[in-house]
Amino acid sequence: MDYGLDLEYSFNEFLKGLGLSSEIAHIIWLPLPMLLVLVAAVVGVLVTVWLERKISAAAQQRIGPEYAGALGVLQPIADGLKLLVKEDIIPSKADGILFTAGPILVLVPVILSWLIVPFGQNLLISNVGIGIFLWIALSSIQPIGLLMSGYASNNKYSLLGGLRAAAQSISYEIPLALSVLAIVLMTNSLSTIDIVNQQSSAGILSWNIWRQPVGFIVFWICALAECERLPFDLPEAEEELVAGYQTEYAGMKFALFYLGSYINLILSALLVSILYLGGWGFPIPVELIAKFLNLPINAPFIQVFTASIGIVMTVLKAYLLVFIAILLRWTTPRVRIDQLLDLGWKFLLPISLANLLITAGLKLAFPQFFGG
Amino acid sequence: MSIAITTQFICFTALSLVVIIGALGVVLLESIVYSAFLLGGVFLSVAGLYLLLNASFVAAAQVLVYVGAVNVLIIFAIMLVNKKEDLKPINDIKSRRVISTSICLTLLSLLIRVDLTNVWSLSSPQYSIGEESTIRIGEHLFSDYLLPFEVASVLLLMAMIGAIVLARRDVMSKDISTGLPVDQELIEKSSEPLLTNKN
Repeated sequence: MDYGLDLEYSFNEFLKGLGLSSEIAHIIWLPLPMLLVLVAAVVGVLVTVWLERKISAAAQQRIGPEYAGALGVLQPIADGLKLLVKEDIIPSKADGILFTAGPILVLVPVILSWLIVPFGQNLLISNVGIGIFLWIALSSIQPIGLLMSGYASNNKYSLLGGLRAAAQSISYEIPLALSVLAIVLMTNSLSTIDIVNQQSSAGILSWNIWRQPVGFIVFWICALAECERLPFDLPEAEEELVAGYQTEYAGMKFALFYLGSYINLILSALLVSILYLGGWGFPIPVELIAKFLNLPINAPFIQVFTASIGIVMTVLKAYLLVFIAILLRWTTPRVRIDQLLDLGWKFLLPISLANLLITAGLKLAFPQFFGG
Repeated sequence: MSIAITTQFICFTALSLVVIIGALGVVLLESIVYSAFLLGGVFLSVAGLYLLLNASFVAAAQVLVYVGAVNVLIIFAIMLVNKKEDLKPINDIKSRRVISTSICLTLLSLLIRVDLTNVWSLSSPQYSIGEESTIRIGEHLFSDYLLPFEVASVLLLMAMIGAIVLARRDVMSKDISTGLPVDQELIEKSSEPLLTNKN
């Protein structure tokens, strides 16, 4: 299964050709994919912010941003610049150190989780063995940052927002992890690459969504709750808590929260597409297309074609899910805190446990369909 | 020294310093909130040390369990009970400090002695199982370590049932420690009315 472009190998070979040692070549290579993914994440946020503004405008029969660039595409950049030059205010009664550390602790784990997002066979930063488990572990750090900023703001709305965020995050992490576990059970591996490859045998028909419909819905609900998107945006419910833990924040520190929540949304959409929608796989397997066109699978043209199709498919699936999330945000009402916790503990948790049990049973009964 | 070994050494030094200074801060700082957050930092650095030892699954589990669950619950509890309470000054605080310091130093010297006298059977790096460790941990948990694993889960279940009984206010109508009737209102209530009439 190791066809596909291996950019790292080619890059290292090129540098070795220039007379550098393999260690130096490796060090020069290391920051490149990280920078690339960081840029991709930030550009993804800009696109999502623009989509959010345009779709919300359409949902409310407005026009939305229109003067900054064609169709207002430059509006998110203008927003970002505004946040960059705004005054950075720390309230006088706030705890300065924790107030600054909070937003950083919220953003860093989210960005670190991009380590495991694959855009193709070799197009990811690192194929670590613990794969998807790394994301679950990292996303559990976030509530500490939220509690920290809620406490440091020295404001009762902030504190309540932080407490709600932590309670929500803890409750929804468990069904989330259980539905991931069902996928891992079928794949026999935690690696995101293996999870996608396991779904690639028959194109759209072998995607996990057909074998894990319940898991897909549970995962999507939990991912929305972890991102604090609208049906579940209680931590920042503006009618009750001003803006939750973000109330006292301004300028760049607020921008870190903003960036963090949107990067998290895109990351969740990417992970849903990787876990359930076949990742970089095209609905019709690329091997079949190559056979139809009588081209060898290892031809350079086919490899470049496969890699670009992979990136396009991953981004397309992720943005389809982002679109659904935005539509949900502008068309559904918010749940109450008790409804939220009831949904998490009394509904999603038993369902995901049953889903895991049934998956294990089906795996024993039909090993050829549910991973042997 | 190759670049990989240098990087490893720098990481090890930084992580160890963070663990030691952070742990000292947890014990010595007056503010309980700072202590709780520093504890999270210590847990994270310990996870970093596991990563340096090629135990990535243990590192991720450490982050998930200790940082994501234990530490968040500690901070959560501190903030939920956020009472401004003036503690009574203790008279013989100095002698207490001396006693506790000497006990801790004795334990430390005992640990150092064990570390120096014991012959550790270290496997050489080429035999480390690395990524395969996830599978090995699973195999051990379901074969020779099955009984300790199950005992631990029964213990946790007991603790959970106990916590539920204590937390559910409709189980008992009286507070266990004080004997006063318990207050049946929501936990998430403010201690003072939001809009006080100032004039």
